[in-house]
Amino acid sequence: MSTTTQSTASQLCTFYLDNQMFGIDVQSVQEVIRYQQMTDIPLAPDSVCGLINLRGQIVTAIDLRKRLGLPNRPEGQLPMNVVVRSDDGAVSLLVDQIGDVQESDEENFEPPPETLRGSTRQLIRGAYKMKDRLLLVLDTERVIDVTSNVD
Amino acid sequence: MTIEDDELIKDFIVESQEHLSDVESQLLTLESQQDGVDVALVNKVFRAVHSIKGAAGFLGFEVLESLAHRGEEVLNRLRNHEMRPTNLVVNTLLKATDRLKGLLDSLETSNEQDVTEHIVALERLLNADSAVAAHLDEVQSAEAPEETAPERVSECAAQCNPAESISSAIHDAAIVSAVDSTIRVDVSLLDTLMTRVGELVLARNQILQFTSELGNTDLLRTTQRLNLITTELQEGVMKTRMQPIGNVWSKFPRLVRDLAVICGKEVRIEMEGKATELDKTIIEAIKDPLTHLVRNTVDHGIEKPEVRRSIGKPVEGCLTLRAFHEGGQVIIDISDDGAGLNLDRIKSKAIEKGLISQEQVARMQEQELAQLIFLPGFSTAEKVSNVSGRGVGMDVVKTNIEKIGGSVDLQTRPGLGTTVKIKIPLTLAIIPALIVSSAGNRFAIPQVNLLELVRLEGEQTTKSIEWIQGAPVYRLRGRLLPLVYLRNVLKTSVANETPQDVINIVILRADDRQFGLVVDRINDTEEIVVKPLSKQLKGVAVYSGTTIMGDGKVALILDVLGLAYASQVISKMRDGALVDPNGRAKDANGELQTLIILGTGTSRRLALPISQVARLEKISKEAVEYADHQEVVQYRGKILPLIRLASFLGLESNDTSEDDLLNVVVYNENERSFGLVIDKIIDIVETSLQLNHPSAREGLLGSVVIHDRVTDLVDLPAVIRMIDCPSPRQLTSLV
Repeated sequence: MSTTTQSTASQLCTFYLDNQMFGIDVQSVQEVIRYQQMTDIPLAPDSVCGLINLRGQIVTAIDLRKRLGLPNRPEGQLPMNVVVRSDDGAVSLLVDQIGDVQESDEENFEPPPETLRGSTRQLIRGAYKMKDRLLLVLDTERVIDVTSNVD
Repeated sequence: MTIEDDELIKDFIVESQEHLSDVESQLLTLESQQDGVDVALVNKVFRAVHSIKGAAGFLGFEVLESLAHRGEEVLNRLRNHEMRPTNLVVNTLLKATDRLKGLLDSLETSNEQDVTEHIVALERLLNADSAVAAHLDEVQSAEAPEETAPERVSECAAQCNPAESISSAIHDAAIVSAVDSTIRVDVSLLDTLMTRVGELVLARNQILQFTSELGNTDLLRTTQRLNLITTELQEGVMKTRMQPIGNVWSKFPRLVRDLAVICGKEVRIEMEGKATELDKTIIEAIKDPLTHLVRNTVDHGIEKPEVRRSIGKPVEGCLTLRAFHEGGQVIIDISDDGAGLNLDRIKSKAIEKGLISQEQVARMQEQELAQLIFLPGFSTAEKVSNVSGRGVGMDVVKTNIEKIGGSVDLQTRPGLGTTVKIKIPLTLAIIPALIVSSAGNRFAIPQVNLLELVRLEGEQTTKSIEWIQGAPVYRLRGRLLPLVYLRNVLKTSVANETPQDVINIVILRADDRQFGLVVDRINDTEEIVVKPLSKQLKGVAVYSGTTIMGDGKVALILDVLGLAYASQVISKMRDGALVDPNGRAKDANGELQTLIILGTGTSRRLALPISQVARLEKISKEAVEYADHQEVVQYRGKILPLIRLASFLGLESNDTSEDDLLNVVVYNENERSFGLVIDKIIDIVETSLQLNHPSAREGLLGSVVIHDRVTDLVDLPAVIRMIDCPSPRQLTSLV
């Protein structure tokens, strides 16, 4: 993209969970794919919901609704996979619906409000104030590190 | 320096290191040839040092060259029998070799380094008259190096014999042709190849499955060809990563020699099966545990020479390393002829450190006691030496071996020595596995953990499974096998479960303990490519990895040891959690044990824990044969020695069975089996064991009251020990 002259602008891959808009740095996203069949993992941490065969690569899927403590996805609604890169290989984040790639600059950015508590606060880097709604930016590394849950 | 030079230097370093790696063991061999050295062997060492000298001179590493040159001179004397490979000579050469290695490691600064000490030492060997040198060993080694020596360095360099260099240069050329047939390959390239082959295997598996569904014969033929080629390719790539275990062992002779000197002991090392090959990653992983075990053996296992002499053992202790293939695994034995483990000391130490309770110790078998040294924080060394005994050790050895899917077993015989047996898989990347289903999920179980499969149908499903205090057990050939329901362990049970008409039991071995895993369905065996667990799943102990199945779906690989822990088949003994307040109450009441009650003589009763019994057999008296005065029978393709238990223990025997059948209790210890001949089997009872009267008689643990009758409890391991080294009285009863 040949847009801003200022380097403060960043691109966010956005998606929806329970009608809220979230975003992660587009640089960390490997690809976005439709719902894939998953292998159950009994005894796995709650937010880890399965394993996906992504062209021969085994990818762990994390349900973002569960990870963020949101209500479960309605029955019959299939999630989408946002596959992100990590040091430990690719990880898939399950989201309700995928949104556009948004450009946002630091001017509209605010850290999470003090009143935001619990695990969610650790996982959210801050909010971009969009025209009609807020875009919550997730800390990808913390989100995929399910073993270090704060709660 | 130009790039070409850089390349040259890199090659020089690698080649020199290779040369030196062999030199060490060769020098040690020379040391053992006091009465006439093997000229061919000296030549080998000579050539190695010579080529380092030549290349170093060419590349301008003068210090390296001068040190190599001095070493070469000494070797020349050895070769011409002008000098004997005395302890001093070999020591000096070894030290010079170490220094050469050091110089190679810091090549850039090698010209500024000081090697005078080594040159002086070598010089002294050269200058001393060969006959005198042999006699003056001790005296000389105690003296400090002389200051005058460096001046002689230049003199000697001038005297270098040109004819010598030429002849060995010709020799070098001859070796080069052999070297040409091999090339150096970067390990990371091999790793990538291995991964790719893994993926190819997966794709092959999928194609195989689709093809069988389509039923097109031409396609089928091509697929079979693909199948064959893939298998061969897989084997080929795996072979490139194989290395002989001798690569790790090669440093042990030196290690043992140096350690023995430090500890004031005499130890000889013997190695069998050096050529046994293992995957490179496994070789890397066992390097440290093996080194640790070897150190331990020299430091703790083998007694001081004076002790050995006083008990009539050869003064020189022997440490044996043995490696061989067995059933898709590699077995490595490290055994010594030392003192064996001091079980009493282990007992008191374990109690003192709070690793285990008094009551638990009392109930433990000797072999179980020996396993206590694998507990974290355990060390019986009375004084901490710089060799071993810091309390970290055996538990780390065990964890590291288990990390690569192996197991460690230890057997000790007081006064006779200790053997540590390590079992490890050949490779980690592609393994055969059994695929099972449970609650709609598929799981892979590594074949190495698998013993057998049992299928119960119809009536058997309810009859064969018994319950002991809520714990299900299955009688496998008379032996009680704890059962674990995979559904329960994984917490995937469905509420309204209908009783199944078929029960599939997968009998598994974890850490020498057996248990039966109940699964819904047993699918097939398949070669699977092991992929590591993602970070998110590392904490889930029941899985060891993941894999992609033939249909493209992902399956989890079960960690059998993890399963055993999760289902409490194996207590968390190794985590030091043996002493728990709740456990004590149970101990006081005694734990339930199943005993076989045997009758001997007219009224005497003996009991054996059923867990120690492999099988009960009736064997025809006619089948009894003799081997070396010992009664034996042919049993399952093996020779089974028979022991008449009553007479062996010095009790009266009264063979009441009129028919010509012998009642035999088959007992397995490690890989050996024994048949205990008894008069009759009276009963099998479950009872809490409380020993009333410890027995003074060897081979009996003590007496207990079972069903209002006094019954002697047989100490089977002790009986077996008595057979191994019988006292005179027993010898007569054996014959």
